[in-house]
Amino acid sequence: MSVILAEKRAKEEKDMRDVYCETLMELAGKDRRIVALDADLMNSVGMVPFARAFPERTFNVGVQEANMIGVAAGLSATGKIPFAHSFAPFATRRCFDQIFLSCGYAKLNVRIVGSDPGVTAAFNGGTHMPFEDMGILRNVPNITIMEPTDSVMLKDLVKQTAGLYGVFYIRLLRRSAVKVYEEGSTFEIGKAVQLRDGSDASILATGIMVDEALKAAETLAEEGVSARVINVFTLKPLDKEAVIICARETGAIVTAENHSIINGLGSAVAEVIAENELVPLERVGVNDQFGEVGHVDYLKEKFNLTYDEIVKRVKKVLTRKIK
Amino acid sequence: MSGQEKIRELEKFAVQIRVETLKEIGTLGFGHLGGAMSIVDTLAVLYGGVMNIDPQNPSWEERDWLVCSKGHAGPAVYAALALRKFFPMEELETLNKPGTRLPSHCDRNLTTGIDMTTGSLGQGASLAVGIALGNRLDGRTSYTYLILGDGEIQEGQVWEAVLYAAHQKLDNLIAFVDYNKKQLDGYTKDINDLGDIKAKFESFGWHAQEVDGSSVREIYEAIEKAKGAKGRPSVIVLHTVKGKGCRFAENAFLNHHMTVSKEQMAEAIAELEQQLQTG
Ligand SMILES: Cc1ncc(C[n+]2csc(CCOP(=O)(O)OP(=O)(O)O)c2C)c(N)n1
Repeated sequence: MSVILAEKRAKEEKDMRDVYCETLMELAGKDRRIVALDADLMNSVGMVPFARAFPERTFNVGVQEANMIGVAAGLSATGKIPFAHSFAPFATRRCFDQIFLSCGYAKLNVRIVGSDPGVTAAFNGGTHMPFEDMGILRNVPNITIMEPTDSVMLKDLVKQTAGLYGVFYIRLLRRSAVKVYEEGSTFEIGKAVQLRDGSDASILATGIMVDEALKAAETLAEEGVSARVINVFTLKPLDKEAVIICARETGAIVTAENHSIINGLGSAVAEVIAENELVPLERVGVNDQFGEVGHVDYLKEKFNLTYDEIVKRVKKVLTRKIK
Repeated sequence: MSGQEKIRELEKFAVQIRVETLKEIGTLGFGHLGGAMSIVDTLAVLYGGVMNIDPQNPSWEERDWLVCSKGHAGPAVYAALALRKFFPMEELETLNKPGTRLPSHCDRNLTTGIDMTTGSLGQGASLAVGIALGNRLDGRTSYTYLILGDGEIQEGQVWEAVLYAAHQKLDNLIAFVDYNKKQLDGYTKDINDLGDIKAKFESFGWHAQEVDGSSVREIYEAIEKAKGAKGRPSVIVLHTVKGKGCRFAENAFLNHHMTVSKEQMAEAIAELEQQLQTG
């Protein structure tokens, strides 16, 4: 791992989906085993250039996610390295048994890419808004679950998974992310990244909430509160050591995720601190609710996925600190 | 009213639904225009006469039900419902706005007159089978109508439902396949060819017909025939055009989810209104 933090956090120029496609094309150019599967959402995820460049290694099965996952698992049994995409709810919820058994239990080698995490499903509304995708998949033994923060991390993680064996879930923002890492940064799957040091409390964040967490820490600093910010981009295997160190050194933790607090990052962190180093915890995330339609900013407010909320919860967690 | 007049009236209703659908999506600036437009003539026939419904009493127990399984066609269904006075026309302007009762995909808990929540393709087929079974169990003579997309029937769940509906001899279930030949990524024949849809349903034990899905007369007559088929469910395969009645949408290759400019909306509406006058 060698991380260079971006000097200025701003929306990246390129959409994450285009970087995903470019990266996969680069990999496929070097390795004939790379194959891409989709369930009628290749245009949505920007994979048309890949399909044009590698038509014989593109399998767009149509609207049939469960079949896609099974086919991907079958392809991997013959040594292929499949990347299978659909919108996150359909790539996970819709075909959980296929992921669990055909991929996980059968010990095959499949990368599942689920796009439009949480509120970023926006105008597609509640049916398409996954607050549970990572939570469902945490139940698959040995699966690796990652939520790349920006395009630099996305590129690095996609490349790494191509060389690894197992079942991987990549939670993909389709549009542009806020740049957090400089070009050339590399990451270690399962190792959280510290973005800002602090001593009063730690904010553990993933996905679009990383930027909110950094904003919250900046706001808190103005008020004299020193908050550490950690990017937990791998939900499973969770970086337990990092969580325990945060608990020990700062004595209070706030998690922030664009996902349900049930079975997501908040739950995973709660499990670790309850068993190892009990400190007060506040979980910012979706609180046992279904999604709804609207633009992203409205939805972030609606589901309390804002830096304001993080600030509030850090203040709250400080009042609960064990004296 | 003579048959001829009735047909004329349904045609007009279809144009009105198209205009209102365009306004909904055009006002927002983007949406699932193609698949909304292709199903309008069927919605006009269903809501314009065939379906036994009461806008004053949307959850009337004896009513006919509609499951629009291709839930992304919601805006077209909303237009039909508003025109039939299930809710005020002004509400159509709230499509996808914060707090709206009209989300992009059909939601039974939000919209007056929407019988079932859909949006995850394939699920509506099973839901419709359940509704038809339930109504039959209660001795009702109502019909359950089901609208499926052609891409949607690639989902295995659809065929599980189709098999079971035939096994249950569900002659109170009438399904439509909006065979506009396209799905999100392009032509169904290029992605995962559906083959002979009518023959497939027949081989599952269904009564099956194939009609011009842009002709309200053909749709109307097919529904009459379907009702005559006893002891088995019926399907009507609709030959349609994705984006129908909206030239810029018909002409675009990728017309599943599109942006719509104010000019495109105005031009398309003007063209449709012309049809209303001359017809
Ligand atoms: C289970 C599921 N998978 C994927 C999608 C995303 N999606 C929405 S519409 C669509 C294409 C559907 O094609 P078709 O049924 O032919 O609809 P139409 O062309 O009539 O609009 C896709 C892939 C979805 N809504 N549900």
